[in-house]
Amino acid sequence: MRRWLPTFATWLLVGAGLFPLYWVVAASLGPESSLFEGRSVIPSVIVFDHYRALFDERDFLIPIRNSLIVASATTLLAVTAGSLCAYALARLRFRGKTTILAAVLAISMFPQVAIVSPLFLALRAAGLINTYPGLILPYLTFAMPLSIWLLVGFFRQLPDDIEEAGLIDGASRIRTFWEIVVPLSWPGVTATAILTFLYSWNEFLFALSFTLEPERYTVPVAIALFRGQYQVAWGQILAAAIVATIPVALLVLIAQRRIVGGLTAGAVKG
Amino acid sequence: MPQRMSIAESREVRMAWLFAAPALLAIALVAAFPVLWTFWESLHRHDLRLPWLGRPFVGLSNYREAFTDARAWSAIAHTLFFTATTVSAELALGLALALGLNRPLRARGPLRAAALLPWAMPTVVAALIWRFMFESPGGSSWFVDPLAAWVPIVLADVWKMMPFVALLLLAGLQNIDHSMYEAAALDGAGPVRQFAFITLPLLRPAIAAAVVFRSLDAFRVFDVIYVMTGGGPGTATEPISLYAFTALFRDLRFGFGSALAMMVFFVSFFLALAWIRLLATPESVT
Repeated sequence: MRRWLPTFATWLLVGAGLFPLYWVVAASLGPESSLFEGRSVIPSVIVFDHYRALFDERDFLIPIRNSLIVASATTLLAVTAGSLCAYALARLRFRGKTTILAAVLAISMFPQVAIVSPLFLALRAAGLINTYPGLILPYLTFAMPLSIWLLVGFFRQLPDDIEEAGLIDGASRIRTFWEIVVPLSWPGVTATAILTFLYSWNEFLFALSFTLEPERYTVPVAIALFRGQYQVAWGQILAAAIVATIPVALLVLIAQRRIVGGLTAGAVKG
Repeated sequence: MPQRMSIAESREVRMAWLFAAPALLAIALVAAFPVLWTFWESLHRHDLRLPWLGRPFVGLSNYREAFTDARAWSAIAHTLFFTATTVSAELALGLALALGLNRPLRARGPLRAAALLPWAMPTVVAALIWRFMFESPGGSSWFVDPLAAWVPIVLADVWKMMPFVALLLLAGLQNIDHSMYEAAALDGAGPVRQFAFITLPLLRPAIAAAVVFRSLDAFRVFDVIYVMTGGGPGTATEPISLYAFTALFRDLRFGFGSALAMMVFFVSFFLALAWIRLLATPESVT
């Protein structure tokens, strides 16, 4: 077998995967008239009309702001409470922790549609529909189990004697946790935070069900409900698709190694 | 001495529960309790459009209705079709990509990051990208045909999730001891035989994990179809999650919609148990 053939095939496969993205970038930078008429993947002129319209006419900054707030708050809550819980599950001795871990894993697999209606009724009763907490709380259904599961994996990798050293020093458990365990597993904590943020940024079903006005739409909801009044504004949709992808693309490019480590360590969530 | 040990131990137990409590309470409140609520709703007739009827207990009659409803059966068939096609395509392509990335390559890191991009983007965006590519100038012919409409749906999902499968399999590949290949090569085994007799058998736990995990995810498919076709034309591409969502939020039939949602839940739960068992076996990837 020639050595270059598998290498070539690998590049081809990755290239094929990137082609739709390239096409959309090119199309979003072309004029509206060339989106479908005489389709070409090489733009003849580059115009920023669609991006301008996206921010001037659509106020796309609003969904971006909403998504940033909701995803960041979810990540902060899930990683903080999740890391305490994961520490107990990974490094403290008590009965029932295997069962708890299995239950957490099972809950992370819950189909969203199975809980969306009670959450809606509960949020409505609490007056939280169309608010940030009204999204952040439901997001904990997947963010919390995800964080716990990933962090348990990372905390278990630490050597056994680190806490003993801390305890002999007379440090309390909580200080050992903050001053020794968390700093030592910092790569794992950031990987967990990045993955939690990604899942929250991309979430659709809850955001669709619990926001009613464009003022509170997240990015996926805003894009999905983009239909123009008379025709589909494809140019703006594509520009929005690119804008929505930029933050996650940056995260992947910067932290690729950690993301892969986190995904394969926990092997969870898709 | 044993006495003192048990004091230290009970302190540790109390500490552990204190640490775990906030997260576990949150999970119980936002996930476990709502599922029980959905189950309870599914046993009642609850129609938000007809509030004066109240919420009478009707036993399993919502489930009975679901089982005699042609639309529910075709929704289940659509879901199974989607699961089977996407998971097998993702497995085949993901395996190819994993094998490719497992080789000594220049620029492996950037290549891996590039391969991961489609996975990282919102499903909604992936669906719109494929919808755009299949949209034809003279009206969307792909999307008016009940069978052809599946093509962009399946392609979008395979495109987005294949890199994830590749990563899981890549981790499995990297666990295989390289000396086995060297020994096989010494015995005169070519690449095909090495793949069939070393790689595939040793990769089986990783493959099993990937298949169960992806099936679980594919079975509750919602986003990609909601955006791509809205379940149409008609209900020709409607999966069970979307039917449940429609029954709940458009028809406001909370009892019947909850029964449909619970059906998604029961199947997912069964698959999740299989997944957890796979993870628990010692020779698994993780």
